[in-house]
Amino acid sequence: MDLRGKKVVLHDMCLRDGMHAKQHQISLEQMMSIAKGLDEAGMPLIEVTHGDGLGGSSVNYGFPAHSDEEYLKAVVGVVKNAKISALLLPGIGTVDHLKMAADLGVTTIRVATHCTEADVSEQHIGMAAQMGLDTVGFLMMTHMIEAEQIVEQAKLMESYGANCIYCTDSAGYLLPDQVKERIALLRRELKPETELGFHAHHNLSLGVMNSLVAVEAGANRIDGSVAGLGAGAGNTPLEVLVAVMDRMEVNHGIDLYKIMDVAEDLVTPIMDNPIRIDRDSLTLGYAGVYSSFLLFAKRAAAKYGVSSRDILVELGRRRTVGGQEDMIEDLALDMAKARGLI
Amino acid sequence: MAEKIKAAIIGPGNIGTDLLMKALRSELIEPVWMVGVDPDSPGLSRAKEMGLKVTADGVDGMLATMKADGVQICFDATSAYVHAENSRKVNEQGALMIDLTPAAIGPYCVPPVNLKDALAAGSTNVNMVTCGGQATIPMVAAVSRVQSVSYGEIVATVSSKSVGPGTRKNIDEFTRTTAGAVEKVGGARKGKAIIVINPAEPPLIMRDTIHCLTDETPDQDAIRKSVDDMVAEVQKYVPGYRLKNGPVFDGNRVSMFMEVEGLGDFLPKYAGNLDIMTAAGLRTAEMFAEEILAGRFTLPTIASV
Repeated sequence: MDLRGKKVVLHDMCLRDGMHAKQHQISLEQMMSIAKGLDEAGMPLIEVTHGDGLGGSSVNYGFPAHSDEEYLKAVVGVVKNAKISALLLPGIGTVDHLKMAADLGVTTIRVATHCTEADVSEQHIGMAAQMGLDTVGFLMMTHMIEAEQIVEQAKLMESYGANCIYCTDSAGYLLPDQVKERIALLRRELKPETELGFHAHHNLSLGVMNSLVAVEAGANRIDGSVAGLGAGAGNTPLEVLVAVMDRMEVNHGIDLYKIMDVAEDLVTPIMDNPIRIDRDSLTLGYAGVYSSFLLFAKRAAAKYGVSSRDILVELGRRRTVGGQEDMIEDLALDMAKARGLI
Repeated sequence: MAEKIKAAIIGPGNIGTDLLMKALRSELIEPVWMVGVDPDSPGLSRAKEMGLKVTADGVDGMLATMKADGVQICFDATSAYVHAENSRKVNEQGALMIDLTPAAIGPYCVPPVNLKDALAAGSTNVNMVTCGGQATIPMVAAVSRVQSVSYGEIVATVSSKSVGPGTRKNIDEFTRTTAGAVEKVGGARKGKAIIVINPAEPPLIMRDTIHCLTDETPDQDAIRKSVDDMVAEVQKYVPGYRLKNGPVFDGNRVSMFMEVEGLGDFLPKYAGNLDIMTAAGLRTAEMFAEEILAGRFTLPTIASV
């Protein structure tokens, strides 16, 4: 694989996807020190939001330690060069949240929908583009459909005004060839000026490999997370990706030793549990399940005495999509009843 | 045959047609007009075959004769954009408007919770909130009538096939309107609404989760009874409304997990979200009809000034 001279924009997720792994309890001080470290390491884009995006604060997804406003204000104030992004899932957050984020200095808005439901993003993508923001259409769970269908949905987002489209492997399920096929077809079919991104979860240990494949196939933005802090087995560990890209002479603009230090000194110490491929996160990747279901399944399993792996496999079988966290307790109750436990 | 109140349905699409099929079985409502804007609409032809008067000229096409035809209740199953005009016009003809669009210019109505208030207030326009609101607000109210609820949150999961282009274009309207009604009708001090669309095949039946946070420790027995009673009330007009699991008590959190299966009149059974809207709209009309027939509710005679 020859990626020499390719220019890649890296986008850190540990203060957004990492919120899942931290049950949305990262403190303002932690956010600020990590963001400052990332900024000094040369990270061009840092996402800061509740794990489930703007407005995600809820019983269903978890109440955060601080509001989106508080986090965004704090982080925007400490970075010098990095741009701050926010995630928005229509159906959870609204255009009002988007405006709030922009007012606080967020310059990239990523509007995320399930991979088949792009048309619910029209009002949010339209508004973000109209406000002159870097507007990203973020298609989730793209392992569930074929490349051609992804292109159709991506074109909708492009037509609403998105200047960048993401192919997201929310379950960490995609194999390298599947990433290649999806990204290559998107690159061929979207406007040449539309940027293309890839977001991985490391549930099958393919985060780094799949990201490289995505770059080779035409993606120019890559998501990852310092020390991997993210849902499931985490996102592509950025310090690892940077080291590999260094050796492959990819133009990424990050200081390797500085980002290694952020991972080791700032992010790893705040982890509640090691981010690793345990039995359950491996099940996510194997069964194609939304990565942020992990801790919900573990809690429901402990509460109702059923196996978290069984819960996750069943969620995959039922083809649940991102946002259906409420299914997990409901399903655990069904399973416990069926087994005569309650 | 007992006396019935005559009604018009505006909007011959999926919702309007399903409503028509339900209304044809009603003992209190007699649908007499179907109003559309497209002469080639299959919904208009179907209504005509069923013996209704039809027009493709919008509400204006019915106005001249609606009074003579005895129309006292209108249902609007079009869109929020045209609803206000439709409502003004039929109100002027002395008819009550039941709004199935998200326009919400009149008070919210969730039949088992606050229909009596709407009757008492003599409203000439009542709004049916959203599908998610109809499915969940009765449960919020079932808890809040037992003890105070500081926060009510609902998650509605619906099949992709049952979500029309109007909802998709303005999904924020769903979350805002539903959250507002969780407060105003459900009785939670703060409301939050989430909608998730799932494209699985075969399509999943509408499911709803309701979380309430109570101020004081939940009175489990009283809440269980209140929830069961409320489910029975909703089942009177939506037989497929089921409490799957719960109430689950966890500290001050009370959670209910529901499934809503439709009757499958015109819309498929999985589209319980659409069925509960048409059923709630008809239920509302029937309650008004009972009052009108009993002489307890006089339709406003708003003179055109």
